[in-house]
Amino acid sequence: MTTTSPAAATAPPSPDRDRGRAAVRAPHLTGPVLVLLGMAAVWGVFQLLNPHFLTARNLSNLVLQIGVLGTLSIGMVIVLVLGEIDLSVGAIAGVSAGVVALTIRDGHLPGLAAIGLALLIGCLIGLVHGTVITAFGIPSFIVTLAGLLVWQGVQLLVVGAGGEIAIRDPLVKAIASTYLPPAWGWALAGVGILAAAAVVGGNRRRRRRYGLAGASVRSGVTTLAVVAVVALGGAALLNSYFGVPWMLVILVVLLAAGTVLMRQTTFGQHVYAIGGNREAARRAGIGVRRTTIVVFVIVSALAALAGVLEASRQFSASSALGGGTLQLNAIAAAVIGGTSLFGGRGRIYQALLGALVVGSVQNGLDLLGQPAAIKNISTGVILVIAVVVDAIGRRRRLDRGAFD
Amino acid sequence: MTRTALQDGSGATTRPVLQMRGIGKRYGHVVALDGVDLDVNAGEVVALVGDNGAGKSTLVKAIAGTHRIDEGTVLVDGQPAELGSPAAATRLGIETVYQDLALCDNLDVVANLYLGREVRRSRTPFLNREEMERDAAAVIADLAAHLPRLDAPVAALSGGQRQAVAVSRAALWGSRIVLLDEPTAALGVAQTAMVYRLVRSLRERGLGVVVISHNMADVFAVADRICVLRLGRNAGTFLTSETTPDQVVAAITGSAEVGPRKDS
Repeated sequence: MTTTSPAAATAPPSPDRDRGRAAVRAPHLTGPVLVLLGMAAVWGVFQLLNPHFLTARNLSNLVLQIGVLGTLSIGMVIVLVLGEIDLSVGAIAGVSAGVVALTIRDGHLPGLAAIGLALLIGCLIGLVHGTVITAFGIPSFIVTLAGLLVWQGVQLLVVGAGGEIAIRDPLVKAIASTYLPPAWGWALAGVGILAAAAVVGGNRRRRRRYGLAGASVRSGVTTLAVVAVVALGGAALLNSYFGVPWMLVILVVLLAAGTVLMRQTTFGQHVYAIGGNREAARRAGIGVRRTTIVVFVIVSALAALAGVLEASRQFSASSALGGGTLQLNAIAAAVIGGTSLFGGRGRIYQALLGALVVGSVQNGLDLLGQPAAIKNISTGVILVIAVVVDAIGRRRRLDRGAFD
Repeated sequence: MTRTALQDGSGATTRPVLQMRGIGKRYGHVVALDGVDLDVNAGEVVALVGDNGAGKSTLVKAIAGTHRIDEGTVLVDGQPAELGSPAAATRLGIETVYQDLALCDNLDVVANLYLGREVRRSRTPFLNREEMERDAAAVIADLAAHLPRLDAPVAALSGGQRQAVAVSRAALWGSRIVLLDEPTAALGVAQTAMVYRLVRSLRERGLGVVVISHNMADVFAVADRICVLRLGRNAGTFLTSETTPDQVVAAITGSAEVGPRKDS
């Protein structure tokens, strides 16, 4: 094999190649499929126990409930892929909500300006975390643990003695309680399908232009079919209740933007590289410090946005907002979705999968009138099951692929 | 620049890509290198051998730009060169294959070849995956490095295949010199043979190759010339075709006549 034709290295089939393929394809397939199977099981059990679970009304409610968690989890996936962690996102959400409420009530800022200010503060908090982590080489676990304490304190100061500030701004209140008209919902689903078709078609065209073997037609059609079913089914379901909530639109936009950032840009590639082998990334000339700082800015900005969304759901900013289990559920959701705690492995969509599982369990147990204790225990058990299943699957794949 | 015809059957030329003269390096009051000379021609494999502490690693780190030298001159392609940083060495077309390979296990073969040097779609932050895959496939085919799939995460590859990825990266970016640090240290027989083949491919591409090794079998299998270091000084240069392993071992250990063979 001495030709320099680009296709030559991949073209000739050999036993080696087939073995490689089996080892490689498995992780792409099994992860999300397992999570979806798990979610189907969760949904099935709750539907059996309470027939109201799989109704348009409850599923619409579920979408609103996971908006905040999903937003936090997207940031968590990015920071986990980098091989770091952020324990302070809940507290940052609390500070952000407090800033929005306070600047609207006392500063008479318009809603949009208050939200912008809160997001800016989120970015600054992330800048502080990232700078401290990289400048002094302190583990992110410690820096963001300190951040958790500091920002919870700041949240108490911002919210003040009353413990809660009501929000009257119409825009902020509207975010979590507004639904698109049905026609817009359908249009959005159509846009989603067209975008997916453009991506699939564009990839095929570019690969052909560079003389590379294209992905199989079947995989492209499968992708489009899945997107179409989810988009049209979701639109139909949500339109049969109040319509597609703004919250879902925001979440989908964040998921799409996060996916493009992580999979299509050099920045995302560097995040994966640092998470995979920090020393190799450094030797390859990747700006490890700069990338780390930017990741913490992104995760904190997303946390601030989550705070705005939660304040919008509650019509207020309380001293408890972002506290409790939200912080830990954000990590749990990312890990349940399939993101590794050890860096280098994770996809943005896994934030949505994990948030759906965690949100479904909480929603279902709420419907059954179970107390918080049962919800926490169930979420914890599911987290362990998810990690164990993932660990077993990974060991099997390594056994198949690595002994050569 | 002199450009002469092939010297012998090995493909080596007398066009020097790297000339090091009187290289000295001290760590505190420990002298690691003392007046060391090294020449590497284009299309030539030079084995750098010596006992532990002989200065091999220090010399290679100096070429790779990770350690600055204290004295001596370096010519790259006949031009005086300052190898002050890894980036400077990279700019001069010098690539290093580290013993730990410096691969990201979670990334695929193409991503590892372009680690830190990703190709973008013109003036955007977006990756040009297609161009990278095409060029990676070309270099891998050219080296006859057999890799099952370019979109396989490197974690799924065998030790020899991982070495092939690291060597391919060096071949993709190195325009003059490739340094290999103990490339067969962790490999079995078949995989070692594959690495020998890769090293010869690098030579056929006209690169100057420097291989550090403890292993006499390695050295005599791939090297055109053997440069022996002992206690931080040159202890002889041998043409592989005119030398026996015993002579090289004697130079390494410093015994004048052929002494008892050391474990090789």
